[in-house]
Amino acid sequence: MIPLQAMVIGLVAAAGLAVVLTRDLVRLALMSSVFGLLLVVLFLVLQAPDVALSELVVGAVGFPFVIAVAIALDRSA
Amino acid sequence: MSRRSRLSLFGVSAAGLTALLLWGIAGLPDFGHYRGPYGYALNAVAPTERHVTNVVTATTFDYRGFDTLGEAFILFAAALGVALLLREERAESHSLDHGVRSDAVKLVGLALLPVLLVLGLQVVAHGFITPGGGFQGGVVLASAFALVWLAGRYRAFRRLTPTPAVDFAKGVGAGGYAVVGVVALLLGTSYLQNFGPLGTAGTLASGGSIVLLNLATALEVSAAFVLIFTEYVEELALVPRETRL
Repeated sequence: MIPLQAMVIGLVAAAGLAVVLTRDLVRLALMSSVFGLLLVVLFLVLQAPDVALSELVVGAVGFPFVIAVAIALDRSA
Repeated sequence: MSRRSRLSLFGVSAAGLTALLLWGIAGLPDFGHYRGPYGYALNAVAPTERHVTNVVTATTFDYRGFDTLGEAFILFAAALGVALLLREERAESHSLDHGVRSDAVKLVGLALLPVLLVLGLQVVAHGFITPGGGFQGGVVLASAFALVWLAGRYRAFRRLTPTPAVDFAKGVGAGGYAVVGVVALLLGTSYLQNFGPLGTAGTLASGGSIVLLNLATALEVSAAFVLIFTEYVEELALVPRETRL
């Protein structure tokens, strides 16, 4: 494992912890997007660009978007 | 249950989970020492057998093409489910103040739109040459359409992606994938067996029927994601402005 990979793994772990510890739902949606972005970087440094491309849209954009809409709907109900 | 007993229950389960995880991690192969012989075999044979330079795409659309057929239909069913659940509950929405108000977001959205569109098409077209492929390019294309909405152009977004056309594209994509497999059957080989001229590796004319499966997947994935996105955006339009995020 090269230092860059170790560093990104550490960042992903920290972001994962941050997602779990975030109580405010809107911040949670944004934090999960940051977590997704860090996963993209991890896949990239582990030489899996195909997976990184999918994760970029699905994890960093799609998933937080669905959560954000769900929060908005819940607040209006 | 008292706080004390809950804490002790948590302590016991956390210790058990930690022990199990450590045991599992101890048995993992060393970092970078991949033990799957299948991967090495494919890396060795795919470029010469199929004339493709991206072995990942050769695996998903050829050697494991049948698995991808299942995945394509999982996404198809998921998008169908979203449409069934949300379309039924919603009368035609007339709210025109859709979406974002921030000028910065609108500007960046408009500026990124052509870039994302070209990137998506490039990722799809070169899927069997460089990293990418139908799924990756398809989601990038879908997010390019989503940017139209994010740039504050709700009407343009709906005009660009009329529901009947999106539904049709989704069906043609998923169905087309299955039909390519049937063509292989008609040619006397097994289902989804690669056919067609293999061409020259490293050019757009290579890979045989991988090209067709790649295009079908791109169509299905981009349409499915646009459909899911549209349903959510329409749902968002029902939310009163004050309670938006």
